[in-house]
Amino acid sequence: MKTVIPVGPYHPLQEEPELFKLYCDGETVVDIDWETGYNHRGIEKINENKTFDQVFFVVERICGICSTSHPFAYANAMEELAQVKVPDRAKYIRCIIGELERLHSHLLWVGLAGHFIGYNTVFMWAWKYREPVLDLFEMITGNRNSYAMFRIGGVRRDIANDKFPAIRKVLAGLKPKVDMLLGAVLDDPVIHARTKGVGILTKEDIIDYCAVGPTARASGLAIDIRKDDPYAAYGMLDWKVITAEEGDVFAKAAVRFLEMYESIKIIEQSLAAMEKLPEGDITAKVKNIPDGVGCGRAEAPRGEVFHFVKSDGSNTPVRHKIRAPSYVNIATFKKSCIGQSISDATLALAAVDPCYCCTERMAFVYDACSKKKIMNGNDLIRLSQKRTEELKRKL
Amino acid sequence: MDNQELIELLKFKFKTDIQNVYIRFKNRVTLQVKREVLPKLAKYLFKEHKARFIIASAMDSGDKFEIVYHFSYDPTGLMLNLQVALPKEKPEIESLVPLFVAADWIEREMHELFGIRFLNHPNLVPLISDGNWKEKTFPYAKKTVKKT
Repeated sequence: MKTVIPVGPYHPLQEEPELFKLYCDGETVVDIDWETGYNHRGIEKINENKTFDQVFFVVERICGICSTSHPFAYANAMEELAQVKVPDRAKYIRCIIGELERLHSHLLWVGLAGHFIGYNTVFMWAWKYREPVLDLFEMITGNRNSYAMFRIGGVRRDIANDKFPAIRKVLAGLKPKVDMLLGAVLDDPVIHARTKGVGILTKEDIIDYCAVGPTARASGLAIDIRKDDPYAAYGMLDWKVITAEEGDVFAKAAVRFLEMYESIKIIEQSLAAMEKLPEGDITAKVKNIPDGVGCGRAEAPRGEVFHFVKSDGSNTPVRHKIRAPSYVNIATFKKSCIGQSISDATLALAAVDPCYCCTERMAFVYDACSKKKIMNGNDLIRLSQKRTEELKRKL
Repeated sequence: MDNQELIELLKFKFKTDIQNVYIRFKNRVTLQVKREVLPKLAKYLFKEHKARFIIASAMDSGDKFEIVYHFSYDPTGLMLNLQVALPKEKPEIESLVPLFVAADWIEREMHELFGIRFLNHPNLVPLISDGNWKEKTFPYAKKTVKKT
């Protein structure tokens, strides 16, 4: 008898409002279906009534974790449309904000992934090491989240040179912690047993679903907008795109870990470059936005963010299309979850790192015929953790 | 293959089907194409040149609907926009889902936001409107009024 497991309308662990229905035969997931739009906010429509400057504050609130990637892509689109040349110092500041965000986002994912499989120590560690990064944001931008740093033509606030030692100190402190986490997570035999060969996405699947970000890179596709279509200062810095071939949960974790080192490298280089530039030169003058279209994209922690803006020469967009990376990455669940056990599917769903919000609802497991409640969201986590315990005992 | 060569090749292969070519920047090219030729051109880009489908942006331009299909040619960072116009009295176009799964959600979304019909789409059911607005009402379809 097939059992339907609805996970949602708010995912109990991942923070996006979406409803997954896992169709299970015994312990095995045989099909998956999803419903979105439960929390449709109509942001594209809202933006048609906002001025070009106000749109920044709206798009910043699309996602709480990668709250700078949407303004980043929107700024790129607007600067393409208005043909604005951004000062170099602003470009480096943008890179620093973007990479700090990648650091805290990847650490957050590592923590949650640890919690999913029952390694709560990893969760505590990763989130503890994430804190200094958020403190840095507070120091640089005034906010731990929704930084409001971007504007058309540059950034709103400069990072004064006397703040550089504090930033460097946090980065220097973070590196050994990431080393330690990397060793603890990627060398652990139980984590190997739990994540290797789970939720595999082949290169062909990625191409077919047009998936992006670490999800694509973990399957051997070296696509990274920062490298392919360089924006801000990424083209002026020395860093590399991290890839893995296996396409399983382990490969996705490895890619995210190694990307953290690259982010640290990018920030350090940006700071060094900024020392040679005059302070205060952070924005270009923008007179008006002409009639036309602009396409901007940026590499968020989860992949490519895309913004399309059409202007008619007035002060508001006529059309603003937004595509977040999860939009294409979530669809890959159809490939990664089918054939997995329920406890592994939970992990495969988490592996693409869909955006997180703070609302948590219960997920109920029903018997499809009697509609009788069998489990709740916490039971699902316990199921996943139990599996890890079993593996631990076996090894 | 660099951007210039790719554009020349497309112009050569799809001569009369490409109505206009706009090159704004090195990495941003827009091709205005007839709607009949879109599946053929998309297939050629996706299969032969491994261009990645980013998304499609639909808009209501007053007298017609327009869809811009954004493709990314990652080896050079080129963003190729295929722009098609659809008459309001018959807003129909061939679906790209048989070609790649990535078009599934966005076509369903455009269908419920603008009322554009995607022919041969395997599952053209609402994606986001359930419980949000009435069926057969298209909140993004509008008459474009020049703002002051």
